[in-house]
Amino acid sequence: MSAITGLLAGIGALLVTALGGIAFGRHAAGRLLVYGTAMLLCSAMAALALAHLLDPAAAPSTAWLPLGLPWQGALFRLDALSAFFAVVIGLGGAVASLFALGYGRHEHAPGRVLPFYPLFLAGMNLVVLADDAFSFLLSWEFMSLSSWALVMAHHQERDNARAGYVYLVMASFGTLALLLCFGLLASASGDYTFGAMRAAAQGSAATLPVLALALLGAGSKAGIVPLHAWLPLAHPAAPSHVSALMSGVMTKVAVYGFIRIAFDLSGEPQWWSGFLVLLVGGATAVLGVLYALMQHDLKRLLAYHTVENIGIIYIGLGLALAFQSNGLPAAAALALTAALFHVFNHSAFKSLLFFGAGAVLAATGERDMERLGGLIHRMPMTAFAFLAGCIAISALPPLNGFVSEWLTFQAILQSPELPQWALKIMVPAVGGLLALSAALAAACFVKAYGIGFLGRPRSDAARDAKEADAFSLTAMFVLAGLCLAAGILPGFVIDALAPAMQALLGERMPLQAGVDWLSIVPVAAGRSSYNGWLVFAFIALSASLAVVIIHRFASHARRRAPAWDCGTPDPDPATQYTAGSFAQPIRRVFGTWIFAAREQVEMPPPGSTAPARHVAVVRDLLWEWLYAPVAGAVAFASGRLNVLQFLTIRRYLALVFLALVSLLLVLAIWP
Amino acid sequence: MALMPDLLAQFLQMALVLALAPLLTGFVRKLKGRLLRRRGPPVLQPYRDLLRLLRKEVVLAENASWLFRAAPYLIFATTWVAAALVPTFATGLLYSWSADLIAIIALLGSARFLLALAGMDVGTSFGGIGSSREVMIASLAEPAMLLIAFTVALVAGSTQLSTVAAFMGSPEVGLRVSLGMAAIALVMVAIAENARIPVDNPATHLELTMVHEAMVLEYSGRHLAMIEFASHLKLLLYVSLIACLFVPWGLAPHGAGPAAFAAGAAAWIGKLAAGGTLLAVFETAIAKMRVFRVPEFLGAALMLGLLATLLMFVSRSL
Repeated sequence: MSAITGLLAGIGALLVTALGGIAFGRHAAGRLLVYGTAMLLCSAMAALALAHLLDPAAAPSTAWLPLGLPWQGALFRLDALSAFFAVVIGLGGAVASLFALGYGRHEHAPGRVLPFYPLFLAGMNLVVLADDAFSFLLSWEFMSLSSWALVMAHHQERDNARAGYVYLVMASFGTLALLLCFGLLASASGDYTFGAMRAAAQGSAATLPVLALALLGAGSKAGIVPLHAWLPLAHPAAPSHVSALMSGVMTKVAVYGFIRIAFDLSGEPQWWSGFLVLLVGGATAVLGVLYALMQHDLKRLLAYHTVENIGIIYIGLGLALAFQSNGLPAAAALALTAALFHVFNHSAFKSLLFFGAGAVLAATGERDMERLGGLIHRMPMTAFAFLAGCIAISALPPLNGFVSEWLTFQAILQSPELPQWALKIMVPAVGGLLALSAALAAACFVKAYGIGFLGRPRSDAARDAKEADAFSLTAMFVLAGLCLAAGILPGFVIDALAPAMQALLGERMPLQAGVDWLSIVPVAAGRSSYNGWLVFAFIALSASLAVVIIHRFASHARRRAPAWDCGTPDPDPATQYTAGSFAQPIRRVFGTWIFAAREQVEMPPPGSTAPARHVAVVRDLLWEWLYAPVAGAVAFASGRLNVLQFLTIRRYLALVFLALVSLLLVLAIWP
Repeated sequence: MALMPDLLAQFLQMALVLALAPLLTGFVRKLKGRLLRRRGPPVLQPYRDLLRLLRKEVVLAENASWLFRAAPYLIFATTWVAAALVPTFATGLLYSWSADLIAIIALLGSARFLLALAGMDVGTSFGGIGSSREVMIASLAEPAMLLIAFTVALVAGSTQLSTVAAFMGSPEVGLRVSLGMAAIALVMVAIAENARIPVDNPATHLELTMVHEAMVLEYSGRHLAMIEFASHLKLLLYVSLIACLFVPWGLAPHGAGPAAFAAGAAAWIGKLAAGGTLLAVFETAIAKMRVFRVPEFLGAALMLGLLATLLMFVSRSL
């Protein structure tokens, strides 16, 4: 049995599991059945895809099913790129299912979640395996709609209906753009299979409409600015394990869609495509993290932060396009490896963080950070795993987030070779934006962790929180371990990605397995090298050394006393810093322009005993300037066209007649 | 065993930075005192302070968590590792190949991340104010630092500090506009990162103006000693970094004999003394700025770094 058959069988089994979800959705057994089966299936599929990725002799394996377009059927293909993304999906799905085995206990409407959950997993897997435009778009819509159903699982809650609506509109927009994109690609060959498109594009230059439509279509699903508006609404609305899948995995499927079109199907990349993607990526990275810093809803903060990471991935992709178009495949391989490494990393730590947020939500019923605090005492294990996720996502060594950003920086340092002036100016600017977003991400997660887990509890719910269950904790620790492993032994990941580079770019990064001491050397030893495990070992060693020496030779006396706080400690937890006050300096520095942030003090009239109020106003200018006018125009037009619903039969007939006459006129005049 | 001398040189470096870090701080303090026509504390005072703190018991706030107790050791360890990676008296040390300049910046970022979290752990308003301002300063200083790293990396064709230092010491560097800008930006970043005047005042305990001191307000005893030691190390690291990038003369090459090492160490101590003197004079001559003027100061460093990088993209000879 070839790998692709196995994966398709797994997808079929997931679809069958959905039936089980319908049948047993209301029983406790349904949860165990659906999540347990999904976990096993996803692990098996991840293992199968990983074996295909690591097998040096593996050729792309294909399959054909008599579904879809009658003259063509549905084609599926597993190559190195699909295999890598199938590993990411399988791994994310398996861990999310493990988490849900415990977390699902808190679900009050399991009948709305269980049937759609396996469908969602199946949809994502189908997208990366599809090998013709029809099955790709069908799987894409299938993935969108099943995740929409999961977003709407808690439809009674405030704002969720709006989140679902915005998601549906944006998903339709994205699919429309992709449909047009595939239409353009197919027009060259007259065939909807990817193989025909690839053959037709061979040697020809990519065109702007194709790239722009791919960027719009796949980018709206991935959450690039300014098409990200739905993401921070929809991702937090879903149950937490689904949020983790949407943020950690589904956005990566969208990235896959873009890579497949831009690098594989649309012909030779052009330098302006790199420019365009870099521009979008840089803006997305910085705006995403700034938006995240302004949030005090934990899950929404994480969702906005996904936008930032998508920006980092797109920066890598833009660099790869720029290098590839200028005949620098080795540098392109470095940039694309950095992007794909970040895809893997982000799926690991973002899932971990959403699991942590879910565990907090289950324990306290709160997503608002202003009502959390002190959870490190009540939920020590969750707090530890969440801390690992925070360090990883802030791109700090020795965890994995640092390695992929380091590789992206190394790729940026290759770029003075680029001949185009636009790129010469753009790349350092994007490097600055990437550095800025990395520093702001650390600020963002100091805030998230410091307000949510440290300090004193700000509400009764936070004070009485209980540790998460064993399944949830296992899932979180598996991911934390993965973050550490990928951070200290990055060479293995880079080598595993090499077949995908070879297939897409015709070049790969130097083999890392043979480098001394398991260092990674992206270009040449004299140029740059990084050794994760040595750094980790040295930090661990010197910290232990300090602890041992101090406790052996110096004092180890310890006393507990009230906090010092310059002599004026206040027992009221409201005197702590809040999420809003923590972000205030950054809001002042960056936000006055980007968010039109204003602070005003409202003083009560003289003699009144009402308290004075300090109000910070942060506006979403993108929504106000881009979305609100479009929505207003649509509402206006539909209001005007509404008249057409209430005409008499005479007038309808007259309209039909007029339409016919004008069409005939057009046909007559048409040259 | 070709490994043994390499290993020995590396351990020598790690021990030297540890031994000299408090001395540099003491020297700057003494000099500042003299410049203000005070006698100033003895040069060895930081060692005595550290020993005294180590001998004292730790007074922990009632709701301090494990993070609060673990953070000082981790901060110390990360800063020490970062300091061990910067060429001080010799280049090409054994351990220097395991991380480059970008990784050193990120290691310092890890230390700061933990310190900012530790500041928020007890749940006091001063800890929060310190952490909040620290991350604001870092959000500008870190990108500026990375852009400086880009500039020197593009000049030298490597992000590896040993290679960069060797290149900077060779005659083919010449005078470059971009390096000048990077040097100014690096000094500005170093001042901000080490909480020196005009960004922060290491001597003040005036609550509303302090940044670094506000974060460590709840620390005492050996924990405070570790954090103080880490900040001494950080100052030494930045002075050594500026020295190895912009005055790389006297560095012993890889595999040199003990005589070259001794000469390198003498040169390094001379550079530290010069750096410390300049810092003391600068701090005495200038007043602390308001917190919300800091973004302008660091914004200038960021722009200089960006401009320097941009120049390198425009022409490799600028």
